[in-house]
Amino acid sequence: MNTETQDNSLIREISAEKYRYGFTTDVHTDIIDRGLTEDTVRLISERKGEPEWMLEFRLKAYRHWLTMEMPHWAHLDIPEIDYQNISYYADPTVKKEGPKSLEEIDPQVMKTFDKLGIPLEERLALSGGVAVDAVMDSVSVKTTFKQTLAEKGIIFCSMGEAVKNHPDLIKQYLGSVVNYRDNFFAALNSAVFSDGSFVYIPKGVRCPMELSTYFRINAAGTGQFERTLIVADDDSYVSYLEGCTAPMRDENQLHAAIVEIVVLDRAEVKYSTVQNWYPGDENGKGGVYNFVTKRGLLKGVDSKLSWTQVETGSAITWKYPSCVLQGDGSQGEFYSVALTNNWQQADTGTKMIHIGRNTKSTVISKGISAGHSQNSYRGLIKVGEHADGARNYSQCDSLLLGSDCGAHTFPYMDVKNETAIVEHEATTSKISEDQLFYCNQRGIPMEQAIGLIVNGYAKEVLNKLPMEFAVEAQRLLSVSLENTVG
Amino acid sequence: MKSAQNYIDLFKENRALLNHGSAGVMNSLRDAALKSLEQYGLPHSGLEEYLHTDVSKWFEPDWGMNLARLDMPVDFAQAFKCSVPNLSTQLYFLANDTFASSDTAAKNSLPEGVFAGSLKEAAAQHSELVEKFYGRLADMDRPGIAAINTLFAQDGFLLYVPDEVVLEKPLQLITLLSSKVDLMVNRRILVVLGRSAQAKLLLCDHALAANQYLTTQVTEVFAGENSSFELYDLEETHYANRRTSELYVSQEADSNVEIDYVTLHNGQTRNTVFSTFAGRGSNLSLNGIATIDKEQHVDNMTFVDHRVSDCTSNELFKYVLDDSASGAFAGKVLVRHGAQHTESQQTNRNICLTRQARMFTQPQLEIYADDVKCSHGATVGQLDDKAMFYMRQRGIPEAEARMMLMQAFVGEVIGRVSLEPLRDRLNRLVEKRFRGELTQCEGCRACR
Repeated sequence: MNTETQDNSLIREISAEKYRYGFTTDVHTDIIDRGLTEDTVRLISERKGEPEWMLEFRLKAYRHWLTMEMPHWAHLDIPEIDYQNISYYADPTVKKEGPKSLEEIDPQVMKTFDKLGIPLEERLALSGGVAVDAVMDSVSVKTTFKQTLAEKGIIFCSMGEAVKNHPDLIKQYLGSVVNYRDNFFAALNSAVFSDGSFVYIPKGVRCPMELSTYFRINAAGTGQFERTLIVADDDSYVSYLEGCTAPMRDENQLHAAIVEIVVLDRAEVKYSTVQNWYPGDENGKGGVYNFVTKRGLLKGVDSKLSWTQVETGSAITWKYPSCVLQGDGSQGEFYSVALTNNWQQADTGTKMIHIGRNTKSTVISKGISAGHSQNSYRGLIKVGEHADGARNYSQCDSLLLGSDCGAHTFPYMDVKNETAIVEHEATTSKISEDQLFYCNQRGIPMEQAIGLIVNGYAKEVLNKLPMEFAVEAQRLLSVSLENTVG
Repeated sequence: MKSAQNYIDLFKENRALLNHGSAGVMNSLRDAALKSLEQYGLPHSGLEEYLHTDVSKWFEPDWGMNLARLDMPVDFAQAFKCSVPNLSTQLYFLANDTFASSDTAAKNSLPEGVFAGSLKEAAAQHSELVEKFYGRLADMDRPGIAAINTLFAQDGFLLYVPDEVVLEKPLQLITLLSSKVDLMVNRRILVVLGRSAQAKLLLCDHALAANQYLTTQVTEVFAGENSSFELYDLEETHYANRRTSELYVSQEADSNVEIDYVTLHNGQTRNTVFSTFAGRGSNLSLNGIATIDKEQHVDNMTFVDHRVSDCTSNELFKYVLDDSASGAFAGKVLVRHGAQHTESQQTNRNICLTRQARMFTQPQLEIYADDVKCSHGATVGQLDDKAMFYMRQRGIPEAEARMMLMQAFVGEVIGRVSLEPLRDRLNRLVEKRFRGELTQCEGCRACR
């Protein structure tokens, strides 16, 4: 079988299965009652056995959240969310202490991650070379490869463990990039976040493998509020991957996460996301609301942060992975493919805040809308007074498949320095008929031709993904586009 | 909200006086305007559309208003001797917001059926015509200045060109702001073009004396089927001047409209354009230049609404910002469901010459149809080092080279101006502006 036919059979296989991650796992899960009060926050903190300072952090955030209102400026139609009808903590591990080895994990949970194709078993290390932290519902289930990483002084563990074992680091960096006052969902997350991953790369260390976290919402009626913190100390390097899936449910589920990244002198962080939360069915029923705050602080000189995201899932996506370019010579990058189909809505983009001298940022965004979906790019390029020699280049392209969808671009540019150069370009068009005709002429059916062209269109971004993810992302793009011709 | 309430009170106290100095058609919309002002207040920086220009603050001082329509004589012959070489226009004058005069020769030379003159007079004499169009486009269901303008406007200018009539000569409407006290001016302009009609209108804003002025100007343009209209809005006032304008354009099928905003000299300016394609096959060219320095501020917001298919819109705005000047541009193109074969291009380029200059730009696309070609681009930067080096190498002094580059930069927009004599004039004015000279033309006492 040559590669082409292999690819084709792959597309057919995927086309037939629609949302393949839509299963639920029948595992005993400890869920607290629905509703959010100060007692809920205390209960979460207590369940996690957190120290007093962590509880204080949560309570401050919760009290501030009460004073805030849900923002409505995004180009999204969000049904009213009843924050009292969500359970803020679900723990599928049940056991009082975290699992110490693979044998201790509920076999059902293991099966779940097997189905997702996530190599929890360390033997897979040989083939993949990826260290994985798996988060199901709200709790980190298992982190692989800890030992190998520990030898290099790298910390890669769940947030819960980090609070206990590395309180100094957490105290220093938690909330230093995304303050709990930052926005409505950041305040909510800071109050009720249940787990997530913590990564610390010591000075001069190049992380030998990709670090990866898989998030999975399983239990019904729960929200997922995880928190990721990555600190890359001087001259270090790490590539971090994040993947997300959820079961098919008729109700909408809320996911409000925070990702904070601190990059110190000459360090480099690559953060890749393949977001595939359940997008709802073809009538727009169900699906995950994905309201995420992701931000990196490029504190050190010549530091570098690169965000790459492939967004195909979620009923509503509202996120803007951003870079605060504080260190002189720091560089921020944002590469994004956002695909919406059926009744999905996405309002996504980035913020590049240039503060230091000679800072650079690149924004490449590719939006693809199909069905009745609405897809918006929203971005801010801000150049401060002292950001001499700041340079930005942004390009956002939108592709429309079908006459009932929408593609929108809302870039903001705010320049306060005369030596800055800021460029923005955007185009919106439909899929080229010439290209389709060319493919059809050579015997490639319409659906495959579209998949081919879309993948080509998104190539610039897909190329930035680590190998394992790039393959998955390509498959996802093809699946999500299924039945868009007609 | 406080200042809006002051104006509401002022209106209620002086309603009779206001109505007396105006005409029935204009008076008939004041209730709706009052309701809108009560509901939305004055536009403030808390609104996304007014983020960079807090217009409500401009209304705070205690402005004088000529509600009683007192005669404020302006000697146009003395004050305005502007003659653009080769630009032969028919001149019309507005003193503040009152239609003042037109040269009689011009009046007589107009083709039959054409009306160019006082909006108040027209509203009295041709009330049916004015009623059909006045206030039909100006949108009072959102925060803006249409409400306060409609509430207080007593006069203005009407241009009516019937079907199949072509006005060869451009019309020039000169507004002179002149007053002994700080003055608020509410001016209204209405342009109606019939089927296959053609016209060109040049609006020139000037201010006499160093008093402070606040102008609200609402312009409504109805471009009939297959008509052609060019509107040039040139502002050359002084630092103490504040101007907020709203332009509403509705284009019927196969019409061509060109709009050029030129801000050469001003204090604080906010221009808003709402343009709608009501019929297929129409074209819109929308351009702007701002060359500003000191503490000047220019904010242009455009909204182009592609409601129907097969229309083309082309936008180009360029700013040169010196000293502590600040500029803002927000352009939105909306392509509605079903508006297939739309072509839309929007470009905004800006040069900041100093560290204190500040530019904010926000081009936006909102697209609900798939068979379209839409693009936008925006840049903020400086003069090209390489081009500069090239010119210096060839013996051109730095200051001169700088000037030539800036001239070339705005030249792209000037090049789009269809009216050739005006193009030449703009080139000269811009050059003088960059040389730091006052932009008044020879023999003109205006805009000192």
